Amino acid sequence: MKNEFKVIAELIEKNKKVLDVGCADGTLMKFLKENKNINIRGLEISKSKVQECIAKGLTVIEGNAEKDLKQFPDKSFDYVVLSQTLQAFLNPELVLSELLRVGKKAIVTIPNFGYWKVRFHLLFKGTMPVTKALPDEWYNTPNLHMCTLKDFVYFVRSRNIKIFKSLALNNLDTSIINENNLGIKNLFADLGIFLIEK
Amino acid sequence: MLTMNTENNIKTLIVKKPLKLDCGKTINNFPIAYETYGLLNSKKDNAILIFHALTGDQFVTGLNPITKKDGWWSYAVGPGKAIDTNKYFVICSNVIGGCMGSYGPSHKDPDNNKIFGTNFPVITINDIVNAQYNLLEYFGIDKLFSIAGGSMGGMQVLQFISNFPDKSKTVIPIATTSSHSAQNIALNELGRQAITADSNWKDGNYISNNATPGKGLAVARMAAHITYLSKKGLQEKFGRKLQEREDLKFGFDADFQIESYLRYQGSVFVDRFDANSYLYITRAMDYFDLTKQFKGNLSDAFKNTKAKFFIISFTSDWLYPTQENKDIVIALNSIGADVGFVEIESDKGHDSFLLDVPDFLNALKNFLDKSYIEN
Repeated sequence: MKNEFKVIAELIEKNKKVLDVGCADGTLMKFLKENKNINIRGLEISKSKVQECIAKGLTVIEGNAEKDLKQFPDKSFDYVVLSQTLQAFLNPELVLSELLRVGKKAIVTIPNFGYWKVRFHLLFKGTMPVTKALPDEWYNTPNLHMCTLKDFVYFVRSRNIKIFKSLALNNLDTSIINENNLGIKNLFADLGIFLIEK
Repeated sequence: MLTMNTENNIKTLIVKKPLKLDCGKTINNFPIAYETYGLLNSKKDNAILIFHALTGDQFVTGLNPITKKDGWWSYAVGPGKAIDTNKYFVICSNVIGGCMGSYGPSHKDPDNNKIFGTNFPVITINDIVNAQYNLLEYFGIDKLFSIAGGSMGGMQVLQFISNFPDKSKTVIPIATTSSHSAQNIALNELGRQAITADSNWKDGNYISNNATPGKGLAVARMAAHITYLSKKGLQEKFGRKLQEREDLKFGFDADFQIESYLRYQGSVFVDRFDANSYLYITRAMDYFDLTKQFKGNLSDAFKNTKAKFFIISFTSDWLYPTQENKDIVIALNSIGADVGFVEIESDKGHDSFLLDVPDFLNALKNFLDKSYIEN
């Protein structure tokens, strides 16, 4: 399982109720269910991924986070997880507010467009960055609203969303982001993980 | 209270306990025809109750001993199949109002010893599942492992878990609705009008008059059959292909293959189905409105159950479209129920649930087998 999921799993206490939005093949869900006795649900748009989740015995709903989160009552999950998908929505702001309505807390991970390799790619090659975390070309990327870790932090602050924990990931290294090192982390982390609440 | 007998390959349970119907009448001493597949284990925790659709019967799989054709859900049910009869004990019964042995309009009215015809009480989906509940008692099953059904079978699934919230661990409504739509009532009415317009229907007393409203019933079936398919499926299978002729005949014979196909579907249906049963069962579907039963809040139908739901719809099903299935998912999510949902890609229309659609069959199998392990 990738390091990102291990870090997310550590943020969640045992026996909680969790919704994984964009749960893909259910890898994180399965881990949480088996290792932390989590009452886990998934929402996934891809039919083939939904089938993979069903084959793992996971409860998953085929649906679109931009339309289908509204069916869940307020604060009906302890945590709502959104892994590397916020940038792919037509309206990320709306999705984020729905995550925070449905979940008591939300865990959101962001591929960092401020990562130095991304910056270098654009600076020296002059073409849209293609990296391990951003593997697609400009013409076929699902990502509509790329942001940097700094962008995300500024954005949630402006919406009065509380950040409980911010973590920077660079391959297997995990470190805490704070007020003083945000600029540095924004350069050296390829992924940010944020535990937030409204 | 319950006795069983077998006659002409039809197993029948006689329910002595009176059953009060939604229409106000009470029936008792009535037969429920049923069939089983596989073996009930000693813990009695492997039973699956399957509910059939409008024109189905208790013969889910294998050879139907009456029609001599494959059972209606042979693709999904049987040894090693999605609903694996090597593992699970499958029970299915003919709905009351039906014509494969359960109490219906071709039975005699005990009050006057005449065939009921349209004097049979109008039954509802609620009455149907309340009657079938007697099967659990007969087999000594405290809790089913699953209940499953498509179309009208799905309506029975929803009604059953609403009436008996702790009687099944898992719940699988397929290609169904919680409330019959105006379009579907209209289509059923078309079928009923075709039957009653046949001069051989004789106000429902065709049996005592040695007649059969075959033309009307065949038209009803033809119209309904179109609704079970999709435009794309029909176009791909038939297009404008001609039926055993080089060119158009400038007449009203079946020039096109689709015409010939529908005429065939109509004619074979008449041999196995009773016209009055068609009236009664379509009426039960039309009256089905689980939302109204719970005063406009569908979630209340499920608030007392801890069962795990798995809802399945099909992309090309315009009779019970995905949105109507999703409405059930939404009602369940709004009360935090354990519900999974998948829409299966298929060109085969509403009939997809009866056909060889691997994504559907795999999902069904995986859901059941994984849930059974956790059992």
